[in-house]
Amino acid sequence: MSNVPADLHYTKDHEWIKVAADGTAVIGITDHAQAALGDVTFVDLPKAGKAFGTGEVFGAVESVKAASDLYSPVACEVLEANGALNDTPDLVNREPYGGAWMIKVKVKNPGELAGLLDAAGYAAIL
Amino acid sequence: MSEPLARTPLHALHVELGARIVPFAGWEMPVQFAGIIEEHQAVRKTAGLFDVSHMGEARVRGRDAAAFLDRIMTNDMASIRPGMARYTVMCQPDGGCVDDLIVYRFSETEFLICLNASNAAKDIAWMRSLIGPFKVEVLDECAAWAQLAIQGPLAERILGLATALPLGTIKRFGFAVGEVAGASGCVVSRTGYTGSAGFELYLPAASAEKVARALLELGKPHGLVPAGLGARDSLRLEANYPLYGHEISERISPIQAGLGWTVKFAKGEFVGREALRRQAEGGPAASVVLFSLDDRRIARQGAQVYAGETPVGEVLSGTHSPTLNKPIGTALVAAGYIGSAELTVDIRGNRIPLRIAVEPFVK
Repeated sequence: MSNVPADLHYTKDHEWIKVAADGTAVIGITDHAQAALGDVTFVDLPKAGKAFGTGEVFGAVESVKAASDLYSPVACEVLEANGALNDTPDLVNREPYGGAWMIKVKVKNPGELAGLLDAAGYAAIL
Repeated sequence: MSEPLARTPLHALHVELGARIVPFAGWEMPVQFAGIIEEHQAVRKTAGLFDVSHMGEARVRGRDAAAFLDRIMTNDMASIRPGMARYTVMCQPDGGCVDDLIVYRFSETEFLICLNASNAAKDIAWMRSLIGPFKVEVLDECAAWAQLAIQGPLAERILGLATALPLGTIKRFGFAVGEVAGASGCVVSRTGYTGSAGFELYLPAASAEKVARALLELGKPHGLVPAGLGARDSLRLEANYPLYGHEISERISPIQAGLGWTVKFAKGEFVGREALRRQAEGGPAASVVLFSLDDRRIARQGAQVYAGETPVGEVLSGTHSPTLNKPIGTALVAAGYIGSAELTVDIRGNRIPLRIAVEPFVK
């Protein structure tokens, strides 16, 4: 069974988003997603300052098997991309909810978060 | 309506070992166990055990068996000595590939042929359609055999723990028949699809699980791991071995695929000879190249290759090479653009330069 932490919001495309008190958020992919991809070899991430609409492709994850697009769970602006993934893309396999966060963003409309899946809702589609 | 997927005799063992199972060529096959990169490295450094029971087998026997095979295959069949095997392509009249195969010669009049899983039924029907006046029969033995591949620098030592066959005397592309892990009637051949040393085993289907369990247990202290189709693909691509449906197909001939060495024009008439000769003499319209990328993105099958802004080809296979730690692949590129212009491949809108390799990445 894959790990689905209770304190995150999820998309049906297997991204998670964690919102901080200051209104910023970090986005990554779930344990289920990393397991399905297998050995991750590269994470293609956007530069700071780029803006994405809800459901828009913000990057891609490459594994030995396949490339998979990353979809923005909400409309947001990128504050920072996780540079650690450049040198150690396999962090995605080891720490999908921790060290392998992908982008830190400013959420455009915090009200959008309510439309995402909660942990129970996400676990139900796995 | 799609056919239900077939299972190899090792299906229960795969599940027990925690394999991720995927549909492949009509079979439920393990794509990975511990992980593709880890399994790949084990084959390069110690050894890996692959279940390749999805591969098909046909027995060709009769007074004219050798002459028949010489008529339908591109390589020279009559000169194979009993106890030896040879890689060959079987072509259509237009030079396109029906399949690539390994032909094992058991005697003057008896051969066993290894077929690709996706082509097995087509191959057998094709061969039978060409029998004509030849005194020969083509027997479908796909269900009778299981196949294992034990590959890696320690493969011979590990296999030697399970058999009394004199492995050291089996030459490359040679084989012996005998007992492995108590199972009789096993064909042990020094062949492989990884670019590392090793053997392929043809086992009576009912013995396969027993042999696989014995090898895994005997090999474990030496670093033998179960390996899946994912590692098999990255290993074969590093070694520049073609995969049917990618580097060779009904539209890509052996001449285009760089397999001209398997086409023996001097042996006389065979199916596809005239078309292949025209390609060999005039130069094919497009050829398969092996490449690496100085990038982290992988160019996948179907990605477009460009010379400047001109589309000149497409990627046939692409993966991550654990040995080079960078992406590698093959592409079909139009004649005239290979080795001259700066070639790039489009990956999600990025144009990445192709670095053409003149030799396989492992030898």
